[in-house]
Amino acid sequence: MTMIFGVPLQALLGQLLIGLINGSFYALLSLGLAIIFGLLRMINFAHGAQYMLGAFTAYLLLTFAGIGYWPALILAPVIVGLLGTVVERLFLRRLYALDPLYGLLFTFGLALTLEGTFRYIYGASGQPYATPAALAGGTNLGFMFLPIYRGWVVVVSLVVCLATWFLIERTKLGAYLRAATENATLVQAFGVNVPVLLTFTYGLGVALAAFAGVLAAPVYQVSPLMGSNIIIVVFAVVVVGGMGSIMGSIITGYMLGIAEGLTKVFYPEASNIVVFVIMAIVLLIRPAGLFGREA
Amino acid sequence: MARTHSTAPASIAAADSVVPAGASGLRLGLALLALALLLAAPFFVYPIFLMKVLCFALFACAFNVLLGYTGLLSFGHAAFFGGAAYFTAHAVKEWGFPPELGILTGVIGAAALGFVMGALAIRRQGIYFAMITLALSQMFFFFCLQAKFTQGEDGIQSVPRGHLLGMIDLNQPLAMYYTVAGTFLIGLFLIWRFVHSPFGMILKSIRENEARATSLGYSVQRYKLGAFVFSAAMAGLAGGLKALVFQFATLTDVGWQMSGEVILMTLLGGIGTMFGPVVGAGFIVGLGNYLATTGFPVTIITGVVFMVCVLLFRRGIIGEFNASRLGRRLGLDHRH
Repeated sequence: MTMIFGVPLQALLGQLLIGLINGSFYALLSLGLAIIFGLLRMINFAHGAQYMLGAFTAYLLLTFAGIGYWPALILAPVIVGLLGTVVERLFLRRLYALDPLYGLLFTFGLALTLEGTFRYIYGASGQPYATPAALAGGTNLGFMFLPIYRGWVVVVSLVVCLATWFLIERTKLGAYLRAATENATLVQAFGVNVPVLLTFTYGLGVALAAFAGVLAAPVYQVSPLMGSNIIIVVFAVVVVGGMGSIMGSIITGYMLGIAEGLTKVFYPEASNIVVFVIMAIVLLIRPAGLFGREA
Repeated sequence: MARTHSTAPASIAAADSVVPAGASGLRLGLALLALALLLAAPFFVYPIFLMKVLCFALFACAFNVLLGYTGLLSFGHAAFFGGAAYFTAHAVKEWGFPPELGILTGVIGAAALGFVMGALAIRRQGIYFAMITLALSQMFFFFCLQAKFTQGEDGIQSVPRGHLLGMIDLNQPLAMYYTVAGTFLIGLFLIWRFVHSPFGMILKSIRENEARATSLGYSVQRYKLGAFVFSAAMAGLAGGLKALVFQFATLTDVGWQMSGEVILMTLLGGIGTMFGPVVGAGFIVGLGNYLATTGFPVTIITGVVFMVCVLLFRRGIIGEFNASRLGRRLGLDHRH
């Protein structure tokens, strides 16, 4: 068996793949956070809960309506995203004039409520969600065994991340968004409906979280606590990357996922704190974050 | 939370110069009444419940030093509260420390932890500060989960209460209660002194306008760190005390949910008011105890109270009271 640094190659690649998958979720979630933060100047603490909601929507669609994975991959983000726009219209809108910390606290309360409700109904344990038939099984790459679904997660999340980047950096709509980030009043004066833009942005960010949730459903189980477990790590990712750059949050997400996977091989005890350690080091060396441009 | 504080009452003593005639007598009367209630309460209410309220009240007051008086939202205060509970429990149980030294160990440990976390967190501001404190406290949570001395999922069980100063047997419920009440008062007094010292005034100026405080020549970072360490130490005092009262220290006290709970207590009672966090702690602990009997999950209610407070009730209970007609007559409101 091939060994690298005293570790079997297969174990190394296996953990690397897990790291890449975690990294995909970190990237999708931190991307959504960055988009929302960019325009709304607010940290969406409910992001983890909305990721959980995406997974549960897929699960409920399957259980009660017999709607499978493929439609759910589109439907669940749309449903959860629409719920997000309702929240933005009814509540978040009232908080824009206040200190951004109130937005954080409100969405924290929202996250607790959502999580508590699902936990009350479904208990703390997870519900299994089957891998779609087309992506079941695995393939032998010669040097390692690759479960097809895991490969799919990595590819599709990369595509969605890049598509989102394209939407924001290269399209007309994205130009409006970026302009409104710089100076909302001025953009409004040019006749762009900024309030609608804000609602749309929040809905988009939430939909991305829900999309990640559906992707995660077959990998992890569908559990009420899946969101709060991941969101704190994503916060650390966002601190490392800085929320100023869309591409920055994507790259940081993948990087930290891989770092986490590698730590699992070489020093398993530290694997769940390695992201936080990296965050602390980055704060010491480059307080604004790797891609940050915050004053 | 600079922008909010221009509309919210920040402190009581700041209004001293504009107190209406006769108000100071009334305020003294109110304080004496509160003291009498504190002393008489264990004869009417279950002492364990009261001690829980007092521990959390002190914790919330300590947290409020940062949020209310310095304008920093820490989302990781559970690390100091729960960390101190572990330190105290370990010192008392394994090293055979007397209770007063055990609590001191907790306070020093929390202050040291506060120094490290604070030094990292103050490198960023606002929303980032909140996220960094949350992430660092989660790191401490994982440390507690894996470290030997915390005994993992079990926590440190059957911590002996011991004899205070070698004389008073804390296994007597009333002795324990009055020890907790006394420590609570000492802690509250220290916080009051801290906030109303020249140091505390500079903290308020940082809260109101950080750039201006810097331009006046104050080393803002150093003041923030000082406030952070003090707040952590006082949270540690509350945590160490709690470990003695309940005779255990577990992971619950270091989890992020606990950090959220203390924010809610402060928000509900009134951010930046001296006694708001005490009232908020009473409400939340009472609510938790009541819900525990019904089996309805506390998280849902906590979340809803959070949302309602943020949307409609940002001044909190004491903040609203201070701004009311009675509060203004007592000279508690300082928006002039």
